[in-house]
Amino acid sequence: MMPALLEVEDLRVEFPTRRGLLTALDGISFAIDPGEVLGVVGESGAGKSMTGAAIIGLLEPPGRIAAGQVRLAGRRIDTLPYEEMRKIRGREIGAIFQDPLTTLNPLYRIGDQLIETMQTHLGVNAAEARRRAIEWLELVGIPAAAQRVDSYPHEFSGGMRQRVVIALALCAEPKLIVADEPTTALDVSIQAQVITLLKRLAREKGTAMMLVTHDMGVIAEAADRVAVMYAGRIAEIGPVREVVRHPKHPYSVGLMASIPPLDRRVERLAQIEGAMPRLSAIPPGCPFNPRCPYAFGRCRTERPELLETGATRAACWLYDAASERHVAGARAHG
Amino acid sequence: MFAFIISRILQALPVMLVVALISFAMFAYVGDPVSIMLGQDYTEAQRAALVAELGLDQPFFVQFARFVGNALQGEFGLSYRLSRPVAQLIAERAPATLELAFCAAALALLVGVPMGVYTGLYRNAWLSRFFLTFSLIGVSLPTFLIGILLILVFSVWLGWLPSFGRGDVVDLGWWSTGLLTWSGIKALILPSITLGLFQLTLIMRLVRAEMLEVLRTDYIKFARARGLPNRAVHFGHALKNTLVPVITIAGLQLGGIIAFAIVTETVFQWPGMGLLFIQSVGAADIPVMAAYLLLIALVFVTINLIVDLLYYAVDPRIRSGFGAARGGH
Amino acid sequence: MAAQSALARAFDSDLWWSFKRSPVTVVSAIVALACILGAVLAPWIAPHNPFDLASLNLIDAFKPPAWTGDGDATYPLGTDDQGRDVLSAIMYGARVSLLVGICAVLFATILGIAIGLVAGYVGGTVDSVLMRIADIQLTFPSILIALLIDGIVRAALPREVHDRVALFVVIFAIGISAWPAFARTVRGSTLVERNKEYVLAARVIGVSPLRIMASHVLPNVLGPVLVIATLGLGGAILTEATLSFLGVGVPPTQPSLGTLIRIGNDFLFSGEWWITIFPGVALIAMVLSVNLLGDWLRDALNPKLR
Repeated sequence: MMPALLEVEDLRVEFPTRRGLLTALDGISFAIDPGEVLGVVGESGAGKSMTGAAIIGLLEPPGRIAAGQVRLAGRRIDTLPYEEMRKIRGREIGAIFQDPLTTLNPLYRIGDQLIETMQTHLGVNAAEARRRAIEWLELVGIPAAAQRVDSYPHEFSGGMRQRVVIALALCAEPKLIVADEPTTALDVSIQAQVITLLKRLAREKGTAMMLVTHDMGVIAEAADRVAVMYAGRIAEIGPVREVVRHPKHPYSVGLMASIPPLDRRVERLAQIEGAMPRLSAIPPGCPFNPRCPYAFGRCRTERPELLETGATRAACWLYDAASERHVAGARAHG
Repeated sequence: MFAFIISRILQALPVMLVVALISFAMFAYVGDPVSIMLGQDYTEAQRAALVAELGLDQPFFVQFARFVGNALQGEFGLSYRLSRPVAQLIAERAPATLELAFCAAALALLVGVPMGVYTGLYRNAWLSRFFLTFSLIGVSLPTFLIGILLILVFSVWLGWLPSFGRGDVVDLGWWSTGLLTWSGIKALILPSITLGLFQLTLIMRLVRAEMLEVLRTDYIKFARARGLPNRAVHFGHALKNTLVPVITIAGLQLGGIIAFAIVTETVFQWPGMGLLFIQSVGAADIPVMAAYLLLIALVFVTINLIVDLLYYAVDPRIRSGFGAARGGH
Repeated sequence: MAAQSALARAFDSDLWWSFKRSPVTVVSAIVALACILGAVLAPWIAPHNPFDLASLNLIDAFKPPAWTGDGDATYPLGTDDQGRDVLSAIMYGARVSLLVGICAVLFATILGIAIGLVAGYVGGTVDSVLMRIADIQLTFPSILIALLIDGIVRAALPREVHDRVALFVVIFAIGISAWPAFARTVRGSTLVERNKEYVLAARVIGVSPLRIMASHVLPNVLGPVLVIATLGLGGAILTEATLSFLGVGVPPTQPSLGTLIRIGNDFLFSGEWWITIFPGVALIAMVLSVNLLGDWLRDALNPKLR
């Protein structure tokens, strides 16, 4: 078996605030294989983007990794000094941000931003970097790349800018891309194009990807596996097909039921009662228990780990052998 | 580029015209220039002759046009107080003020910008806290008190630096400079600090605030996420974006230097235009005041023009006529 | 009874809470209060009357502060060239500085509110002309504008008349140089109110809409106007001090702190530093405390601003 490219183990991120310590991420564990696309879904505030920021070592202060490990190709990277980590960013882990209107420096030509990045990581000379910059722009589908290389960001549309951002993230040929909501800020008509491009480039270059989004459609389109996050924890993780068609965790069940099906009309979409707890008020036990229709005694006191449920793994006591009785009851309902 | 300059100059014209109007109104209607020029004893005929000579019997707009025409040729009449041509008085004093303002501005920029960058990058360092406390003092102390305190310490107590005048000057044609002699340079030190300190602290605080703002933006995070070295992120990406708003305010502040030169020149008896102006205010010497007002307005308009041109050089969005909003990200 | 409950409410408010939480603000308030009390009560609590020529004695001239070797306990901060007590001169000088500062700010406030209301309500050309003037004026430092106005008035009036009205001229000059900040705020608020229905209703029933609007706009802008006025007070006191230091401010018969500093400046070289430094310290204490109070007020009334 090939070793995983990225391993995140029991990751915990904390924010010291005036009112005490907030735990933003708790017990996050997952792995991404080379070339694999892992989708990460959840409501806003569930900790999806923060997981990405923790992996590339750019948590906003005062946030910090309080426990756990992040390993890239077997090497531990969460404890590296800033300068060592800097050499990994861009070169081994690329990043794509949400809003292409704000991620490009308005005062730099896009070609110069590409050249700067490649010269930092690849040690190529200016002429070679420029040649490659044009090549990259062609690769991400910028028309007349040889002329556009000297344009400024404001001279591009939002979709074109996101293509430039993708080129910037990929130009030093990293093995992993952390894409944080890469299509959310774009027009619906452009979203599919950008996702297709991202998927194609990742496949061609053999780049693995962590695709953070709240859009299940994007996940279904692009991801191999998916992790569902809730209140700073992973609720369920498994192959996309399984999680979409046969979700196991009650939260995933609710999440999938709230997606409008394409093949039939429904009068009302299902919705989950209540709202995700704030970080300062996460209930004991399973964080989902106040909203969960199947919650029982154990859910309110003991926190569930990820448990094998067959094709996926879910953090839910319904799938623990010790609570078989309740599972039977829940299955009868479901 | 050329069209850009022309449009900016056209925008500045009305301002200059308004100032010229005020200047002219002062000249023509405040006090009685004729009796001041004639002295105590005169006949009605002499008076009428002078009125005709000065064109005071002409309609308003004719007089105003003459005033503007004369002003464009540097002709502002005679000083009431010194009975010498105003243009000549100002030309004599201009080098002193300009050298002082230049040194103060250079001090404010060359020290203020690095201090602002440092305090923005290393917010919690003890040196940053020290700079910030120091800047609070700089902002709250009136210019003339800073001057007096500097004189007390460096001239009276320590005896290191002169407290008044320009020292020895060298005449280069019509320009007299204090920059070429040791005593001239020594004489410049205290006035430059006095004049520049306020702007220095202001520029420092401004650069710091902008730096903090820019460091929070997505493109800085993205630059870091691409693994660019700190040097490139801080002094390339961040500093360049900081410059856009800093240029505006710094430009206006440098205009303030010319105004506060009046105070500094008074404290240090610096023989410049500011001292000339304040003496003229005290003596109600209208021609000098009117000319000075026009000159100051010209300086301000020129600074604004330079600021706009710098913008044009720094921000590509302005060059393409895109996002006309200044300082937008 | 009503007053008491109002007071109780005031002490219970967010403003009072944020005040107590900031030691710098509390200290500033104490310093500002001390300056104001010292100035207002000068005729009763000052140890000497610096204007009473009969009590001056040249033998007492140039006495250094009391704590130095040659000091005299009767003159805690020493005496000037004419034997005047520096402390008393400062208290009387602060009176003039404060009076000019407060009057100038009041004048600027009233002028600014009136112009802002008119500009916002009338709109169109009137609005753009008024705001353009404000823009142009804001690009020039206020000290320059005050100097210019002072100079024009000086030229327009005969000398004797001028000396009599000099105090008002300074107030007028500083006030004129400070109105745009008020006008901008009030105009913005007026523009918002202008299109509300009650304005229309007022017009229908024949009440002057401007008057109705004033009574609705003013409460809205009270906070920002108070902030601008407080910060403006520090600036006005400084401008007055600068004018007086330059010798074109208040008349020498009514010396302000700036005048005292100018007079004392002549003795700096002969070693009598206290004549100029103590009025300077008093000026800084007054301006700094007022400015810090203004900063606090701005943050407390609008937490969004830094």
